[in-house]
Amino acid sequence: MLKFLLKGILRDKSRSILPIIIISIGVALTVLLSGYMKGMMGDVTDQNARFDTGHAKVMTRAYAENIDQLPNDLALLEVGSLIETLEKDFPQMDWVKRTRFGGLIDVPDAEGNSRGQGPAAGLAINLLNKNSGEAERMNITTSIVTGELPDEQGEALLGHDFAEKLELKIGDEVTYFGTTMNGSMSLQSFKISGTIRYGMAAMDKGAMVIDISDAQQMLDMEDGTGEVLGFLKSKVYDNEKALEVADAFNAKYANDPDEFAPVMKTLKQQNNLADLLDYADVMSGLFVFMFIAAMSVVLWNTGLLAGLRRYKEFGIRLALGEAKGTIYRALIMEAVLIGIIGSIVGTVIGLGLAYYMQVYGIDISSYMENSSMLMPSVVRAKITPELFYIGFIPGLAAMVLGTMLSGLGIYKRETASLFKELEV
Amino acid sequence: MKYLISAIFCFGLISFNFPAPDAAEILQKVDANMVSKTSITESEMVIYGRRNSRTVVSRGYAEGHKKSFTEYLAPDREKGTKMLKLEDKLWIYSPSSDRTIQLSGHMLRQSVMGSDLSYEDAMEDRKLSEMYTPKVIGDEVVDGRKTWILELKAKVEDVNYQKLKMWVDQERFIPLKEEMYAKSGQLLKRTTMSDVVKMGGRWYPQKTNFKDVLKSGKGTDFIVKSIEFDVDIPEYIFSKAALKK
Repeated sequence: MLKFLLKGILRDKSRSILPIIIISIGVALTVLLSGYMKGMMGDVTDQNARFDTGHAKVMTRAYAENIDQLPNDLALLEVGSLIETLEKDFPQMDWVKRTRFGGLIDVPDAEGNSRGQGPAAGLAINLLNKNSGEAERMNITTSIVTGELPDEQGEALLGHDFAEKLELKIGDEVTYFGTTMNGSMSLQSFKISGTIRYGMAAMDKGAMVIDISDAQQMLDMEDGTGEVLGFLKSKVYDNEKALEVADAFNAKYANDPDEFAPVMKTLKQQNNLADLLDYADVMSGLFVFMFIAAMSVVLWNTGLLAGLRRYKEFGIRLALGEAKGTIYRALIMEAVLIGIIGSIVGTVIGLGLAYYMQVYGIDISSYMENSSMLMPSVVRAKITPELFYIGFIPGLAAMVLGTMLSGLGIYKRETASLFKELEV
Repeated sequence: MKYLISAIFCFGLISFNFPAPDAAEILQKVDANMVSKTSITESEMVIYGRRNSRTVVSRGYAEGHKKSFTEYLAPDREKGTKMLKLEDKLWIYSPSSDRTIQLSGHMLRQSVMGSDLSYEDAMEDRKLSEMYTPKVIGDEVVDGRKTWILELKAKVEDVNYQKLKMWVDQERFIPLKEEMYAKSGQLLKRTTMSDVVKMGGRWYPQKTNFKDVLKSGKGTDFIVKSIEFDVDIPEYIFSKAALKK
């Protein structure tokens, strides 16, 4: 039967070409857009994890409530023992200290007077301990434009554009002016060891990166840090695993009324990322649904035209005694075969386009200049195993649905009038 | 005629009991108490944070409203930090980095030492009567003292607050309470003065609590330990060279 249908499809091109083209286009678009969404959301998740949220983040409750204000006065203290506990209780994650701070960068002239100033968005990480993996995790090594990583205390990396704006070069001294965690005035001088460009507007604006030990001294937070970030050893965010760790950690402090007790949040629980990730899932589902709906209508119409063209054929088959149900089922089987062929062609085209987008991507840096969202400046698609089968869902469903609707006409044929219709 | 005499008598009685105060005159008397040609002040600033409180000790020199110099004496982290204000410019010197930084723009709206005072607040020494048009809007008893309630509206552009509400002691002409409002009408800060004593022949509040209503906490207490009015201050104090001395 299959062989018979396949021969019919291949020999009668007018029966299959148009549906296969429609299915292929729809499937290719579904695969490409799904790959694009996967790539974009994957990048957003990865960037957020690396630069901001970690796979899980520990803060004080008070800090978590006011996190947008970088409230270092509400920072975690006695972090050494906290990290020891975290490493013992949750060895499946790496735990690192991070402190974000704001302030002013002042550039002195030869007399020590202010030559230039600019607002700084500072980040302190473990830069001096090369085994911490923080420089790699933050892509700092690859983001360095000039100079090198700091190798001692008192050195800092500055955003490349920021440094250019302030007319700074490697080895120049700048002074950070801000407030300590107690609100006191803090002035600390740093030597520029290098300049960096992350390629993300939100990170590049006034960027300053220093070692965590410098930040502790500068912000008067001995054995303190704004945040402790946890990264799963697999380096890939797994919401279930992260949630398991966070729930177990938070349960320990559930009865502690102290507003400075630590609290852990997963990546998805921060920066409204849950909404964003859920939105991406909904959008992917919506794409597939829209293609099924749109293609079904087109294929219904195509099926109706084909039904008209094959009006005589169905009439003869009915006149010869073939049951209406048998013809209808054969039509659907034929639709399944056409759907599979179209889906294969569409998936191959879609994967090819997605691969191109994965390699070259789309440069959106000009749209991100004033954005505060952590997004890569080049958005790329990502080929995942899911893309190899996702196109078959709309491809098969639309073709079968379209044929089922158009094929209903077979049941309206009356045997009594067949011979008259066939002019026999 | 009998009614007319009665009316005049009643009017005289009312006037006698509730003299209509001249708002401008009240404000000038407040200025006379609060502003001096020169002053040297030793003070403590108690800053109440969410985690702890800190006391910052400083000595301040001021000449008119255009020149002031403050040296922080304690705690150790702040010791030696100096601030110089000349006209509308502000410089800060930190001994730990041996740098002098000039502050301008939005940085002047930042908090001084984590307190509820901004640099702009700390820099403002002009006479109220030069900046605001006053109006008496009522009277009230504050901490057992009779006060006039004054509403002050800015008459010049470059003021920190567009509107002030001030409760002025009717006898000593010292503000006991102040509310500072933004142009939109939103309350921004509140100050409460207490421990009013006679210093250098004038009434002066020894303790002022500044409360930034947009911040949580108890605010900041500014306690004047000693104050000398109209004393000679050497000119070099108000120079950038004095910052590094």
